[in-house]
Amino acid sequence: MHDKTLTELAASLEAGEFSSRELCQAALQRIEQLDGGLNSFITVTAEQALANADAADQARKAGHAGPLAGLPLALKDIFCTQGVRTSCGSKMLDSFVAPYDATVVEKLGHAGAVNLGKTNMDEFAMGSSNENSFYGPVKNPWDVSAVPGGSSGGSAAAVAAGLVPAALGTDTGGSIRQPAAFCGITGLKPTYGRVSRYGMVAYASSLDQGGPMARTAADCALLLETIAGHDVRDSTSVARVVPDYSAELDTSLAGLKIGLPKEYFGDGLDPEVETAVRDAIKVYESLGAKVCEVSLPHTHLAIPAYYVIAPAEASSNLSRYDGVRFGHRCEDPTDLEDLYKRTRAEGFGEEVKRRILIGTHTLSEGFFDAYYLKAQQVRRLIRQDFLDAFDDVDVLMGPTAPTPAFDLGAQKDPVSMYLQDIYTIAVNLAGIPGISVPVGFAGNRPVGLQVLAPHFAEAQLLGVAHQFQQATDWHLKRPAFGKEMA
Amino acid sequence: MMQWETVIGLEVHVQLATQSKIFSGASTAFGAEPNTQACAVDLGMPGVLPVLNENAVAMAVKFGLAVDAEIPETSLFERKNYFYPDLPKGYQTSQMAQPIVGPGQVEITLDDGSTRSVRIHHAHLEEDAGKSLHEDYHGMTGIDLNRAGTPLLEIVSEPDMRSAKEAVAYIKALHAIVTYLGISDGNMAEGSMRCDVNVSVRPKGQAAFGTRAEIKNVNSFRFVEKAIAFEVERQIELIDDGGQVVQETRLFDPERDETRGMRTKEEANDYRYFPCPDLLPVMLDGAYVDHQRALMPELPSEKRHRFENQLGLSAYDAGVLASSRAMAEYFEAVKDVCGDAKQAANWVQGELSANLNRENLEIDDSPVTAGQLGGLIQRVMDDTISGKAAKQVFQALWDGEADSADAIIEARGLKQVTDTGAIEGMIDQVIADSPVQVAQYREADEAKRGKMIGYFVGQVMKASRGTANPQQVNSLLKQKLDQA
Repeated sequence: MHDKTLTELAASLEAGEFSSRELCQAALQRIEQLDGGLNSFITVTAEQALANADAADQARKAGHAGPLAGLPLALKDIFCTQGVRTSCGSKMLDSFVAPYDATVVEKLGHAGAVNLGKTNMDEFAMGSSNENSFYGPVKNPWDVSAVPGGSSGGSAAAVAAGLVPAALGTDTGGSIRQPAAFCGITGLKPTYGRVSRYGMVAYASSLDQGGPMARTAADCALLLETIAGHDVRDSTSVARVVPDYSAELDTSLAGLKIGLPKEYFGDGLDPEVETAVRDAIKVYESLGAKVCEVSLPHTHLAIPAYYVIAPAEASSNLSRYDGVRFGHRCEDPTDLEDLYKRTRAEGFGEEVKRRILIGTHTLSEGFFDAYYLKAQQVRRLIRQDFLDAFDDVDVLMGPTAPTPAFDLGAQKDPVSMYLQDIYTIAVNLAGIPGISVPVGFAGNRPVGLQVLAPHFAEAQLLGVAHQFQQATDWHLKRPAFGKEMA
Repeated sequence: MMQWETVIGLEVHVQLATQSKIFSGASTAFGAEPNTQACAVDLGMPGVLPVLNENAVAMAVKFGLAVDAEIPETSLFERKNYFYPDLPKGYQTSQMAQPIVGPGQVEITLDDGSTRSVRIHHAHLEEDAGKSLHEDYHGMTGIDLNRAGTPLLEIVSEPDMRSAKEAVAYIKALHAIVTYLGISDGNMAEGSMRCDVNVSVRPKGQAAFGTRAEIKNVNSFRFVEKAIAFEVERQIELIDDGGQVVQETRLFDPERDETRGMRTKEEANDYRYFPCPDLLPVMLDGAYVDHQRALMPELPSEKRHRFENQLGLSAYDAGVLASSRAMAEYFEAVKDVCGDAKQAANWVQGELSANLNRENLEIDDSPVTAGQLGGLIQRVMDDTISGKAAKQVFQALWDGEADSADAIIEARGLKQVTDTGAIEGMIDQVIADSPVQVAQYREADEAKRGKMIGYFVGQVMKASRGTANPQQVNSLLKQKLDQA
């Protein structure tokens, strides 16, 4: 059961092979027995899940099952869930029970999906290894000495280990795509504005985007068509018709123009990763695609620009965690200043503090023009790079990350950790969609191919990924972890 | 003795009369139980996002048009970052570099009826903070977030005012504009208009401004006047004594009529403004602005000019009647019923205002409706009652004796007698009853007769119980007495 995709499980439920209760119970059991070795969940909502599974079973009997009726999922613990702790991986929100559902949570609920729990993540989505969690690091099911990537590491590991068939993540600088690559699953970052951010705890508002993480592009399509769309509660969500992504998966690749950004194949790229990626591109050529080299000349400026803009927004977004209304509050504050200082010193982890400090500095008087405004100019150049490239090609391809998953504790220096996102971060700055597809291994660790498309071209992206998965079986590979459990 | 000139600039925060908050659907009603009108967005819960209230935008645009300001095509919300317990998100969403209303001007009217113009630097939209309540919590502070997110329009003037009176006239002009437009209730006691006053002094003739002090949160016309008067005197004394004015924020204490420096932190606040990434830039095209313009009512200055030029009122009367929308509307309704603008103006500013002032009522609360007053004036104008009787009728209307002037005239028998025969009859009776007085009158010369006739008029009026038309009585008496 746990090896099946969402699409397969939906068919089994429809055929009555098993009930949603049986399916969810089996998944919950798997989580209980295996997650001790992964730490991919922060909160498991078993009781609520089974009640929702029963409701889905009844809805199906009554003939009004939603498109995701009875299918188990997990949510990154950044999505607000009414009545359930929403920690964002932080001590600051360890006690925070959200009073409302995020828009995407509401949409999944209406579609009948059953949420099994909240997955582990880097604190406030700041990190590329899931080691910055108040709840401890997550392990990679392919090799438990390796990180699962971050910040949506819990979602990626849970899907890879077959604990859930799919999960939601969020991606601010690569946080869906990089863990998807490290864990050998498919993860899509939609166009900025495609999916509502309402109820998604903000890290960097102009970059954050929620998206699906699953075994296949087809499953991502199924989830995206449920969660996408304009939301009156999010002014930055875009009022644009949501295509029937599932129906557009089978578009032929003949004549597809693929651009390979030369900047994505330069120094620092692991040779085994490069080989796996180049082999995948050959598959595309065999499917009728044309490949050429392109240039994104401002790529080298993406990480510096990101580490100005994202911390600037974060420093403001995280000001609300002051110990006054919710979340952590220090013991016996002597006065207001003491309340603020100790609450925040105790509640936030190292990386979060680092980014708050960076952001506060770059926004401050005398530095704003040199950092923030300059970074915004760079951002426009980066966006223009992509727009120019898409004048000539349909999609761009390259590695999702420069290396396969690294060992837990291996990246000690923040800057070398930041460089993990070298291929993913520009995509957020430009607002375009990107998908990571498993295309092989470097040793025992998976490699992801990143495919990028113009704004709102998710249908094309999903189709391109799906066609690859029809021709290959990398996405069907399962880690040994948890195999012994049926 | 050095001659000083006062320089005043004002920042006026006007609470906009939207039903819901600027970035959330929660109600803006005043006076509810603490924290009952704050939703997840107002509380700054994790994950919430602001959605701009379109009504607040429309109101700001109308204000901009009313002060002849430029409405930029693009305006931008920014975050002003600072920590305070009643500021839930740790930042205030406001406008800085690109406000919704550009430079404009307001015409102010001084007590002598003269007018002048005060320039508006800009006006911008922002959200209000909550309130910290210090009274009821021993050693602790209560936070009420009902007000958090209430839309404010901050109107920033140029330093164009030269006296407290001008500053008050300016605030009154703004008050009239926002209440005319219906974009604020203008209730200063409930904080719907709050002023920060920037005051400096300089030797007369000096071009450069002196160092200013900012007096925060001055919340009535009277306090503005007092705060400025105190501050000007303080600054002049300070300089005369060889001191220097420091740029600082001061608070006005209405109990003592003085301003006091607020304790300032050593380091100046750096608000780290940056564009709010959760809100799109506000784009307003010409069609939108024209649409808002078409929805605007006649404004105070337009009304004043119309009252003066078309209705023939004096500049003073026009100014007073146009000063508030309620007053102007009442006046116009009276005028429409009675058909005479001058009479309507006299009654509204005379009898009605005197009664309202005496009982401390607003014109909206007047027990005499505009229709009733108009009906009363009609009866004076068509000679149904005398001016004297009219005052009686007004009082009776005020006291709620009947629904209309006509009903009171009827009930009290106040209708003037204009029937010559009836008056002549009464005159003949009075002449017959007063032989001595008649003889004295007839012996007197013309100059004395003029005074003596008053006795006979009085007697006839008495006989008619005040209903005879005095002019008619006078002329008929004169004829009869002079006949002999």
